[in-house]
Formats: sequence, structure tokens, C-alpha cells
Amino acid sequence: MDWAIVIETVIKAVVVLSVVAGMAAFATFIERKVLAYMQRRLGPMNVGPHGILQLAADGIKLFTKEDIVPQNAVKPIFKFAPVIAPATAFTAMAAIPFFPEFTVFGYTVTPIISDINVGILFVMGVASAGMYAPLLAGMSSSNKWALLGAARTVIALLSFEVVSGLALLAPLMMIGSLSLIDINDFQVGGIGSWLVWSQPMAFLLFVIAGFAETNRTPFDLIEYEAEIVSGYATDYSGMRWGLFFVGEYANMITVAFLVSIIFLGGYNPLWIIPGAIMILLKISAFIFLFLWVRAAWPHVRPDQMMWLCWKILMPIALINILITGIVLI
Amino acid sequence: MSLEQFSKRDVAPGYIFYNAEAKPKTGWEFFKRGFSRALKGELFVGLWIVLREMFAKGNTHTVSYPQEKLAMAPRYRAIHKLLRLQESGSERCIGCGLCEKICISNCIRMETKLDENSRKEVTKYTINFGRCIYCGYCAEVCPELAIVHSGDYESASEQRAHFGLKEDMLTPLDEFKANKQQEFPGFGALSDDADSFVKKTPLAY
Repeated sequence: MDWAIVIETVIKAVVVLSVVAGMAAFATFIERKVLAYMQRRLGPMNVGPHGILQLAADGIKLFTKEDIVPQNAVKPIFKFAPVIAPATAFTAMAAIPFFPEFTVFGYTVTPIISDINVGILFVMGVASAGMYAPLLAGMSSSNKWALLGAARTVIALLSFEVVSGLALLAPLMMIGSLSLIDINDFQVGGIGSWLVWSQPMAFLLFVIAGFAETNRTPFDLIEYEAEIVSGYATDYSGMRWGLFFVGEYANMITVAFLVSIIFLGGYNPLWIIPGAIMILLKISAFIFLFLWVRAAWPHVRPDQMMWLCWKILMPIALINILITGIVLI
Repeated sequence: MSLEQFSKRDVAPGYIFYNAEAKPKTGWEFFKRGFSRALKGELFVGLWIVLREMFAKGNTHTVSYPQEKLAMAPRYRAIHKLLRLQESGSERCIGCGLCEKICISNCIRMETKLDENSRKEVTKYTINFGRCIYCGYCAEVCPELAIVHSGDYESASEQRAHFGLKEDMLTPLDEFKANKQQEFPGFGALSDDADSFVKKTPLAY
């Protein structure tokens, strides 16, 4: 085994972990600010200029808070469940190409930890396995709100998984490869070749499923405060809760990368804008969309979500696959 | 006058009734409603509104409290103040005890004595702010406009007795000399045109 590859992979993994964790933390600040301005508030203002150091304050608070494990909780599972959320979220990023290839000191770096040929399948699978975190957390908490949150987790999983899978099938039929690098290279010819133009329906469906997968607002039913306090996270505090939080935002970033790469041309350069900037712009826009929708829209009930996913979105996805197949033949 | 006017008292004149769209009955009507709702773009109106608010300048509702404070209305009833006479600077309170009497939560206590000129002097005047309900009766009943409500709503303190002693409430002399005592326009104060209601005593008899 070549040691250089091992060292390179370890370095890449550490970089991805730290950068994405930092981005996730910063996304919480951005979210508070954007929501505040959209709701005619100011948001955090006191720690640092315009509250930019609120991140550090929150981090210190989370790390130093007392770690409470409820008396009747199933303690090993209760303690282990928060680890699953960021672990799966970061594992899913192993197959995502973040940037185009670049050269450092004459050494070509491919900014993907592992280019496996079933990349998109791996990402979707591991991200869905992340649903074990709220499920186990809710079931081990011995708290009725947490249990309801866990039950809703299963509902969410059953709903969005079928839609996101079927929606992806149509573009994958056109590309003929599951590797995200191949998917990116398929759209190399400028804006006109982006898959969003040839597969607009699949794009819409995948975005909707992405909102459900990351538990963002129209589908935030597993931790909706007005109904079930905080869902699965009701009994968690301190850094254990913080791990859920990091996992949630890392998932948002993963979904943003997936949508950008599959439908919006990925990291291909556009005109004079280099590819790295392009993909950063795209995922920023997509994360802004997450926050924007949270400020504007109400959320749906669990039964409405199942109704929407199974009775509306799934048939549309099937029709989309059918039409794509006919056109391809 | 018909009976209906009495039996339908929940409907005031001027109510505007909203006639909601009729519920769909057939499957085709259901489909039409769903189709129009899906493509009407109402969700995007919501998105546009919050985006507009985000970029609009200076429409925040936040008061960044310790740095900026809202001006209290004159009739706001916060911690009490004891005022001094504008001309002489002596205390306005004549020790009549009306506020003590009218206080419905029994939280005002005053002690008086006769001074060397045989005038009544208030030696102690305390309000137990743990019991005060800020009803304003004391300020309203005071014949001299001596006990009034101020606008100081920041009444958190380390001791229960803070703000409630006479020396806390009475305008300090140096502040008074610097002309900082504001005439109280609020609860129990005379109206601006009060002078016009005064009848002069005929000196003839």
C-alpha cells in the first residue's frame, strides 16, 4: 500500500471535517442574522461587531454546559446517539467532490476523499442512515416528546427517501454513472448543459426531498417546537445537543453540494469565474434558500407530508422517469 | 325594532363577511382546485415579502435596550417620586395621610410630628414595593401633587427596601437646585387649562 495515499486521505479528511464543521457553525450565525432581518429584528448584536463572535460565545456555552443524562433514559444509547448525527453527515461527504482538481507544489490534488463508483448512492445511503441519530435519541430518552419526535423521524424517512431516490433516477439514466465526478463532467458545457434544464421536474422533487431530509422548515416536523417541544432533542443539553446541531448543518451543506453538482453544473467554471468560486456561490445560494424558506413558510403536518410525498411527488417522479426513458430510447 | 337585533349581538354593524370559496364536490373540482393552488404562486408571494423586508433599510423593530430606551408616556405608573415645591424647595408633602389611607395594598407608611413652628413634618415615608400594585390611587388622591409616579421602570435591586424610602423618592436638594425636577404631567396632575377653572375669591366681603 502506498503510504502517500494514506497520508493524503487522512489530511483531506481532517481538512473536510474542520472546514465543514466551521462552515456549519458559521451557518448557524448566518441563519440567525438572516431570519432576524427577514423578521424585522436585529439578531445577535452584542458579541463582537454585529454579533459575529456570538459563535465563540455559543461554543463556549455548549462545551462548558452540564452534561445531563435523564434518570430513566437508556444511558448507553442516549449517550451514543448524538455521535451518529455528525458521524454519518461527515462520512457522507467522503464521496463528494468539493472543488475541481488543483495543483499544489507540483502535486495534483483531487478534492474528494474517495472517488467510489457508486458515489451518489453512498452519499444518499449514509445520509439516510443518519436518521438513526434522532430515532435512537428519541427512543432512549424516556420522554414523550422525544418519542413522538422519533416516530416522526421514521415518517420523514419513509416519505422523503422514495422521492429523492426516484427523482435522482431520471438524471442518472441520462448520465449513466453514479460517480459524482462523472455527473459533474457531464455538464461541462456551460449553463446550457446544466441538468436543471433537461430535468426541471427531477430538480424540484430533489430539492423538496432535500428539505425533508435535512428537517428544514416546511418539513421540520421531527423537532417542531409548538407541537413536540424539541422532538428527539428535548432531553439533550450541552455538547450532546451541539453534536445534533453540527450534524444537521453538515447535512444541509451535503444536500447543497449534491444539488449543485447534480443539477446546477457543479464545479465547472463559468465564463471567467473559476469552478471553485462557482460551487461556493451555488451552495451559498442554496443554504440561503433553506433560511429564506424557513422565514417565509409555515410547516406541514406529518400526515400532510406523507400525503404530499406518496400521493403527489412519487407519481410525478415516476412519470418523469417514464418520460425520460421514452426520450432516451 | 325586530328581535334579530337582540339575538345576533355578536355581529356588530360594519362587519365585513368573507365568503370563502365553495368546497369542491366532484373529483374534477378537487383536481381544479389543487391545480390552481399549486400553480398560483402564493408561496412565492410569501418568499418575496420576507426578502423585501430583509433588504429594506431601517425597518427594524428592535430597541437595543441598554443603549436606547423608549420614552415613557406621562401617565405611565412606575416607581414613585416625592416632589418639592417649585418656589421654596421644601417638601410638598403635608403629611395628611390620604395616600396611606387610600392605598389598597396597604403598602404606604408615614410617620409625622409637629416641628418647632407647629407645622406637620413628615419624618418617615416608605412604600413597600413588594406589595405595591402601582394602581396610582396615591398619586391621584394627593392634594399637593407630592407623591407621583415616575417613569423609572428599571426597579431591579439587591435589597427589597431600595427605592421605597423617603430619601430614595424625594428629589435631592442639589438636583432640585440644578432645576432638574420635572413638573409631573401624569397621573393626578392638573390639566393644562386648570387655571381657567379657578374662581377668584371676591375680596369685597
